Amino acid sequence: MENIQHLKVDKEPKETLAMDPMKFILWLFLVSIIMLFASQTSAYLVRRAEGNWLEFEMPRIFWYSTAVLIVSSLAMQWAYFSAKKDDFKSLKIAISITFVLGLAFLWMQFEGWKQLVAMNVYFVGNPSGSFFYVFTGLHGFHIISGIIVLIYAWRAVFKQKVHSKNLRQIQICATYWHFLDLLWLYLFVFLLTFN
Amino acid sequence: MSAIEGLDTAVHHEEHAHHHEPQSFWQKYVFCEDHKVIAKQYLITGIVWAVIGISMSVIFRIQLGMPDSNLSWLKPILGGWISETGKLDPNFYLALVTMHGTIMVFFVLTAGLSGTFSNFLIPLQIGARDMASGFMNMLSYWFFFLASVIMFGSLFLQAGPAAGGWVIYPPLSALPQAHPGSGMGMTLWLISMAFFIVSQLLGGINYITTVINLRTRGMSFDRLPLTIWSFLITAVLGLISFPVLLSSVLLLIFDRHFGTSFYLSEIYINGEALPNVGGSPILFQHLFWFLGHPEVYIVLLPGLGITSEVIATNSRKPIFGYRAMIASMLGIAFLAFIVWAHHMFVTGMNPFLGSVFMFLTLIIAVPSAVKGFNYITTLWKGNIVFTPAMLFAIGMVSLFVSGGLTGIILGNSALDIQLHDTYFVVAHFHLVMGAASAFGLFAGVYHWFPKMFGKMMNTTLGQIHFWFSFIGIYLVFIPMHYVGIAGFPRRYYQFTSYDFTHKFMDMNMFISVAAILSFLAQFIFLYNFFRSIFKGKTAPKNPWRSNTLEWTTPIVPGHGNWEGELPAVYRWSYDYSKPGAKEDFIPQNIPYSQTLESNFPHENELIATEKEIEAQNFNDQFNTAH
Repeated sequence: MENIQHLKVDKEPKETLAMDPMKFILWLFLVSIIMLFASQTSAYLVRRAEGNWLEFEMPRIFWYSTAVLIVSSLAMQWAYFSAKKDDFKSLKIAISITFVLGLAFLWMQFEGWKQLVAMNVYFVGNPSGSFFYVFTGLHGFHIISGIIVLIYAWRAVFKQKVHSKNLRQIQICATYWHFLDLLWLYLFVFLLTFN
Repeated sequence: MSAIEGLDTAVHHEEHAHHHEPQSFWQKYVFCEDHKVIAKQYLITGIVWAVIGISMSVIFRIQLGMPDSNLSWLKPILGGWISETGKLDPNFYLALVTMHGTIMVFFVLTAGLSGTFSNFLIPLQIGARDMASGFMNMLSYWFFFLASVIMFGSLFLQAGPAAGGWVIYPPLSALPQAHPGSGMGMTLWLISMAFFIVSQLLGGINYITTVINLRTRGMSFDRLPLTIWSFLITAVLGLISFPVLLSSVLLLIFDRHFGTSFYLSEIYINGEALPNVGGSPILFQHLFWFLGHPEVYIVLLPGLGITSEVIATNSRKPIFGYRAMIASMLGIAFLAFIVWAHHMFVTGMNPFLGSVFMFLTLIIAVPSAVKGFNYITTLWKGNIVFTPAMLFAIGMVSLFVSGGLTGIILGNSALDIQLHDTYFVVAHFHLVMGAASAFGLFAGVYHWFPKMFGKMMNTTLGQIHFWFSFIGIYLVFIPMHYVGIAGFPRRYYQFTSYDFTHKFMDMNMFISVAAILSFLAQFIFLYNFFRSIFKGKTAPKNPWRSNTLEWTTPIVPGHGNWEGELPAVYRWSYDYSKPGAKEDFIPQNIPYSQTLESNFPHENELIATEKEIEAQNFNDQFNTAH
């Protein structure tokens, strides 16, 4: 019965709605992606601790691609702010920049793979190389899904469907894109630290 | 990815939901987005899988109990897997064991149990029109269906389905040379499970979102029925653990099909070395059991939640220790993630690490004991109504306790050296997780059948079903503990070639006979279930005189569950036999201002808040598009 007494303390019964369900769904979806990469990186650490581990220098291009992804994330935020202010001109420019830089990032990751191959680090071989390909590949796969979300948002922007009264879609898109950016930063720092 | 794409479509759909366009057959019964229909789809699919999965166990029980018997009569079904002399193919025996485990754990007790009752009860008990995203919910079922079709298809492969055990440890599962089933059978297993994981994530994300965001006005967390708490916690467990299984499956697929060496190292086959160097099979076990152990609670917790509800209703008493029940479920859920290595005590783990995991494992006994205690004290001096649901709920508690006790033995890393991979383990987890969850499932079906189909099931047949199942299950698994202590390893094709196993042949035969009898008893249920759907008596509105919101809906709730406004909630769901009350139950939607004769002093004070609750802007999906 003590539960009822608890309720008395906050006499004002709170509204039960906590959040927009669609955004909440997005956050839970992000949790599952976090768990996917958390398990991957912990598998990496467990395996690395066992020795017989090939060490190699990360190709330069991954530094550049990281910078590109950060800029695209900033552009995404610019797009969101523009949508909030109903500034459609900069909204269109910003979301297009995000989109182009997203594609550029994917291309640079692929170039990075080619350089790895040139360095004789292959997908099939020592697990240290395999893990590198799996991390970048899995993240790239999620970037592709992010680009699909971007295309939807981009289409909505050019159909004038995104404005200060209808921000949900661009919010979902921005959250996901920022998340993918942070996820890459994590993987990048992780791979640099535990190479 | 699909989840995100689903968002947009779902938004569009829900905006149009209240136009009530006439639905075609496909929209209404097949690609339906209504949570009640999806729940029934899950239930029927789960029942079909259960029949297949349990039949498999009967076949290998015959092999174990009567190794000399002639199985030629199974030729019409099993064809070439039965030899000319009527013997079961040993490779197919391994496949049967593997598929029995996979089917029962994932397809019946995860999808069939969570899928049915989370879908059915969450919107009905929290007062919502439907799930947060009906589209994702529909996708969840059809991904499960796709996974089912692939898994079912793998049974018909010429080389047989996956046969490396349901835990698919590499290298057995990673090398096609290891076993006929490790070729195409294993590939299909992995594809099927990948779809299954997608299905579970889509479903689980939806359950969590719905419970947190779509509760009706007044339905605070401390008024949620324990069923909803258990479904919520189950979904959180799944959300955190299934991606890890996906991870391990992914690396296994790379090992199998691309030649990487995540799990493989220095293996010789027929004297020839494989190219794989540097992998670690133990790594797979860590990843697998990080899902595998929470999975046990994903299977069990919904059963515990259903049991709480059924026992409180049919004891006509408030649940004992409502908050302790929630706390113990949270405790079990938390501990579930830090005990996985107790499955690996004998795989060459550091003994010190073993003792840490042993300590954490044994702590699980505490919240489990709290739950057992609370169930029994709820029953204590209650006006017990022995409906079939109640019998199964009590049976569930019994199985949970007697199966849990052997868990304390198995959790010891020293004792596990003797008992690991014996029939003692098999008996333990079949009681505590298999049979207990299955009893939770039965309790749920008997209890909510009237709400699902608007008809009553036959009580007498239900009671007969219970007694045969209950006695049958104990007759199977109690002797199995002895067989295990005697040292019988699990997954062996036959025990005729060792001296020590001879004197236990009678006991093995006894177990098999009991297993066959309890299998046959399930046909009573099937008959009762399907007959009642069509010919059962029409159900009254609230047949069990229960408090929860689903019984305030029409007898067969339509789209949106409630006609008119959603009900408001003023009290918890366990006001049974309240002193002074006219009836022995007060539903959650009855305000305190109408029950002055039975209110406690602090409840009278709550009357002042009722106006505010009513005035709240509640989450009616018909009014606000989600």
